[in-house]
Amino acid sequence: MRLYMKFFAMHLKSQMQYKTSFFLTALGQFLVSFTTLLGVYFMFSRFNIVEDFAFEQTLLCFAVVLMAFSMAEMLGRGFDLFPRMISNGEFDRALVRPRNVIFQVLAAKMDFTRFGRLIQTIAVFCYAIPTSGVIWTFDKILTLCLMVACGSLIFFGLFLIYAAFSFFTIEGLEFMNVFTDGGREFGRYPFSVYGKNVLMFLTFVIPLALFQYYPLLYLLDREQSAFFMVTPLIGLVFLLPCYGFFQIGLRRYKSTGS
Amino acid sequence: MKKYFAVFRIRFINALQYRAAALAGMATQFAWGFMEIFAFAAFYRANPDAFPMEFSQTVSYIWMQQAFLALFMMWFWEHDIAASITEGGIAYEMVRPVDLYGRWFCQASANRLARTALRCAPILIVAFIVPEPYKMALPPNAEQLFLFLLSAMLALGVVIAFSILMYISLFYTLSTTGVRIIAAVLSDFLAGGVIPLPFFPEPIRAVAEILPFAAMQNMPLRIYGGNIAGTDALAGIILQIFWLVALLLAGRFLMARALKKVIVQGG
Repeated sequence: MRLYMKFFAMHLKSQMQYKTSFFLTALGQFLVSFTTLLGVYFMFSRFNIVEDFAFEQTLLCFAVVLMAFSMAEMLGRGFDLFPRMISNGEFDRALVRPRNVIFQVLAAKMDFTRFGRLIQTIAVFCYAIPTSGVIWTFDKILTLCLMVACGSLIFFGLFLIYAAFSFFTIEGLEFMNVFTDGGREFGRYPFSVYGKNVLMFLTFVIPLALFQYYPLLYLLDREQSAFFMVTPLIGLVFLLPCYGFFQIGLRRYKSTGS
Repeated sequence: MKKYFAVFRIRFINALQYRAAALAGMATQFAWGFMEIFAFAAFYRANPDAFPMEFSQTVSYIWMQQAFLALFMMWFWEHDIAASITEGGIAYEMVRPVDLYGRWFCQASANRLARTALRCAPILIVAFIVPEPYKMALPPNAEQLFLFLLSAMLALGVVIAFSILMYISLFYTLSTTGVRIIAAVLSDFLAGGVIPLPFFPEPIRAVAEILPFAAMQNMPLRIYGGNIAGTDALAGIILQIFWLVALLLAGRFLMARALKKVIVQGG
């Protein structure tokens, strides 16, 4: 952990060397999600309500998913570069070092420009938390924290799968974007909006709904049972196959040379 | 003319090489298109009267948008052009007896057309055979189809002319990561990339409809479904021609100025 903090500080300092570029990129990241937010706002100013969710309640979804995603992305950026690490042979160096491989991939790159998004989610939370009509008792607050924390771990698992695929294909797979970027983009509405089949898929296959839709029902008092409060934790089971898949890939890894 | 055609052909063949990437991209776009349509369907169920265009028009809009993503999205960036400026390759370009603006224009349009050619047909075929109400409709009549094709070509021109302005800004700034994201995000939003322009609230919509961004994907996609028809479509096409000419003139003028005192980078 101490080593990780050293890498953290190192990346932060190196990115701060180019301040203008850093802040412009962060602003760009901010705008990317901001146009999504504007889109949601425009839709709701016309329709007011969708599938029994009002604007402020939808905003809770938007903010939870976006915050989970940006935290996962900020620290898990190394996975994005992973296909390149494999194809230029740099990964071999990681294998001979006496540290965990995943740790090394993570430490290779961190992207702090994502904080543009993080600021936005905080702002959205500030607006949505008081206006969403939720009575914030202790268990509700705990649920919200669970949603964000487990959400970012699940996104992290998806990044891990993305990286593991490149053991087999050498190249990154654009299709995984449906689940990572797509999860972020479409998580702006409660997942029940997309119909039963999509909801089932996002519950049992890629468990994005477990940290978004079900605990939201608990927050809004539509479901009383404590089961809905802990669904994000159940979602963490998803990390096991992710890790397993990565290990399988690692075992049959053949170097591409340098 | 022949040399432009050659540039066009080289780029086109080049871009056709990445078929596996195209396949993965297509699968992504299917899923993406479906999710978008499901979301709009939910809003439609919530209040059909508040829907500003017919539902089938929205469905067509989204499928066409996915099929022609590579044609109209501001995101795609010509790395070669950017690299030639930041790494000094521009010096070779300048001694060649080819007009640089025209060359860039050909290169960008060839790349976009090739990518689209690879991707659009399978997406369109599936969009035509999925069950109602997610099925894409044919344009209402042949005249509308013709207007769509015309408008799509103009939109491509506007998109490229606008992105060349961004390349020209590279002569001065050399680094574009930030500026590029900002410009791309804003123009995609105002062109109806996030939600179609009819879904914008009224005063904002009125302004957005006369900006150059409305001359991008917004126009052809809405003409296809018949959301803009008849004289409105003609007026829209005239607006597109106006912006295309304006952006072309601005681009040529700024490029001439930039090239007069260009600093060649690299070594």
